[in-house]
Amino acid sequence: MSVKDCISKICPSATFEEGDILLVNVPAEDWRKLATELKHNPELNFDVLTAVVGMDWKESLGVVYYFTATSRKWEMISVKVAVTDRENPYIYTVSDLWKVANFQEREVYDFFGIKFINHPDMRRFFLRNDWKGYPLRKDYDADPKLNPIPVDDEKNEDDTVSYVEQPDGTIKGIPGKVFKEGDYVVNVGPQHPSTHGVMRFRAAIDGEEVKKVDVVSGYIHRGIEKLCESLGYPQILHFTDRMDYMSAHQNRHCLCMCIEKAMGIVVPERAVVIRTMMDELMRISSHLLSFGCTAMDLGATTAFFYGFREREQILDIFEKTCGARMSMNYNVIGGVIADLHPDFVKDVKALLAIMPERLKEYHKVYSGNIIAKNRMVGVGHLSKEDAINYCITGPSGRGSNWSCDCRKKHPYAAYDRVEFDEVLLDGCDSYSRYMVRMKEIEQSCRILEQLVDRIPEGDIRAQVPKIVKLPAGHWYTQVEASRGTFGVYIESDGGKNPFRVHFQSPCFNLVGVMDLCCRGNMIADLITIGAALDFVIPDIDR
Amino acid sequence: MAVKEPSIKSMKHEDFKDNEYIDKLVEELNATGANVMVGKLDQLINWGISNSLWPLCFGTSCCAIEFMCLGAARYDMARFGFEVARNSPRQADYIMVQGTIVHKMAPALVRLYDQLAEPKYVIACGGCAVSGGPFKKSYCVVDGVEKIIPVDVYIPGCPPRPEAMFYGLMQLQRKIKLQKFFGGVNRQEKIQDFFRKHPSEAGEY
Repeated sequence: MSVKDCISKICPSATFEEGDILLVNVPAEDWRKLATELKHNPELNFDVLTAVVGMDWKESLGVVYYFTATSRKWEMISVKVAVTDRENPYIYTVSDLWKVANFQEREVYDFFGIKFINHPDMRRFFLRNDWKGYPLRKDYDADPKLNPIPVDDEKNEDDTVSYVEQPDGTIKGIPGKVFKEGDYVVNVGPQHPSTHGVMRFRAAIDGEEVKKVDVVSGYIHRGIEKLCESLGYPQILHFTDRMDYMSAHQNRHCLCMCIEKAMGIVVPERAVVIRTMMDELMRISSHLLSFGCTAMDLGATTAFFYGFREREQILDIFEKTCGARMSMNYNVIGGVIADLHPDFVKDVKALLAIMPERLKEYHKVYSGNIIAKNRMVGVGHLSKEDAINYCITGPSGRGSNWSCDCRKKHPYAAYDRVEFDEVLLDGCDSYSRYMVRMKEIEQSCRILEQLVDRIPEGDIRAQVPKIVKLPAGHWYTQVEASRGTFGVYIESDGGKNPFRVHFQSPCFNLVGVMDLCCRGNMIADLITIGAALDFVIPDIDR
Repeated sequence: MAVKEPSIKSMKHEDFKDNEYIDKLVEELNATGANVMVGKLDQLINWGISNSLWPLCFGTSCCAIEFMCLGAARYDMARFGFEVARNSPRQADYIMVQGTIVHKMAPALVRLYDQLAEPKYVIACGGCAVSGGPFKKSYCVVDGVEKIIPVDVYIPGCPPRPEAMFYGLMQLQRKIKLQKFFGGVNRQEKIQDFFRKHPSEAGEY
């Protein structure tokens, strides 16, 4: 039985829309029933909640969910749930079925004011709790007088609310507290050198043991998704470079691919290979930085200098071709903005020649170090089931033995014609996550080796109309960024500006397991776990 | 005693782009004058401060990665005396604001600034800290840190190259070399002036 038939049997009121991914329209009252079946029915078995996109269609508010079935060749499906009440929009939560939805739904609440019934902790995620209005609604009042620059701290940070359905069908908000009475809470961040940016954790501790971690995000929330709605498609590209700046090429590649898919543009072969090579160079540079910073967070400053030495060499390659060391702005719709520098091939070969030797050096300096092992092995256990449930992709997911590499599952660009292994380790701890990164550097070098002599001649850019307009519709694209699967959702109403752009960042999910991983560990391990998960904060906050 | 033009080792005066401002400052200081004893003391203090500027690690986004490159072997900011990046504001001389400051972060930044010991300096590094950069029109971005704290040096760029950061830091050194602790205008008073002119930003601080 096909997925479509199966869904119409469970929920006869559902309607279907064909597109790049099958879309199911479900009335809000049937949503909970369908969600349970999607997860538990063996014929559907959608075990990964890939993306949650809040939407404001003006006449209704709603959510678009993207699901993936890992058991059926990563088949994807999307479900649209809409409600018309703008004052009190309620949708049933799925945070108990897919744990990743916990933070995702809080984000939707923050941006659109949609309240999720039975969600345990319905607080704002990015904005302060005294923020007025829901910024991504189309009728949001952006008057700066309503939300002036604050001068004091947030009040009542501990207060939370849960909307629970009563037996008579009404919904009641039940107030609660994040921490229990008498909990000893330690604050880490937002200005802390080892949180990889401006992340803030509040940890309830018992002696040195962590009992609960509350993630407070939004210290670098820049409102990129809202900004995109007022700009044309070529103008929104540069935001992706500034989200996860360590995956600048991959993120931008994804957004370009999404727009190209919508417009039906075929990218020239030369540009495809260049993009793939740039993605892999970026991955190496990101993993090198991650190596250096993980070591530095655990007190080994020397390793930081080693990692940055090779990273500078990659930045030189970027600089020669793209003109910048960071925020390269290299991919454009239809291809890349400039042709390769004449030295490119020579420089890449020089890098490939030294990398195996340098990797040995890193392992000698740091990986085998007894202190590093003591601090990382067995710390921050994350089982494969939890990794899938929390949608932990990228090196962190593969450190829990979950095969989740988007380059293998949905091959894009030139990945279907190169040979490389997906690195999988089954330690499920911080050390495995760290080692996956180190081994991925080898695999990236392998991909580069295969491509460096096979860059085809030809155009670097396809013909693209001066004014980029997308037909009405919606699209979702994924790539494997340095830290996991990065997704872009675009909805267009046929105009020059996107109606809605959503970036599904891998780091957002990574920070969601901090509570799970840290529980029962020491407070100092919070730093280790954070370093090994390796999240980039502007990617979480967007 | 005449105040001399501030000099930076191995970088000539004419190599700097904006000398007008420094020249004017020198002129101003010479007009008021100071006695030799006090002038020499000022020089000694300024020599010390300007060559051991310790930054506070305050990176919110991309610029922070370039700042890390500044600390690594190739650019090596230790050559100029900036190497000891401090994690506590109480041990640092200046904040280099690297990255966007959003509404939620603003109170934290003001608190960090208040915790810095005098004399303290602020560098706005990168487009976001200078003016809000590409996120200027966003609903929750502070467009320019000068809205909440006084800034000494601006470094444009997105993100600025490490060389640009060095240039900005040297400009701060030049500025510090013209400070007067005795007889002249004290910096603390200048800050009080700033908050008198911007009552809304001062708040309860």
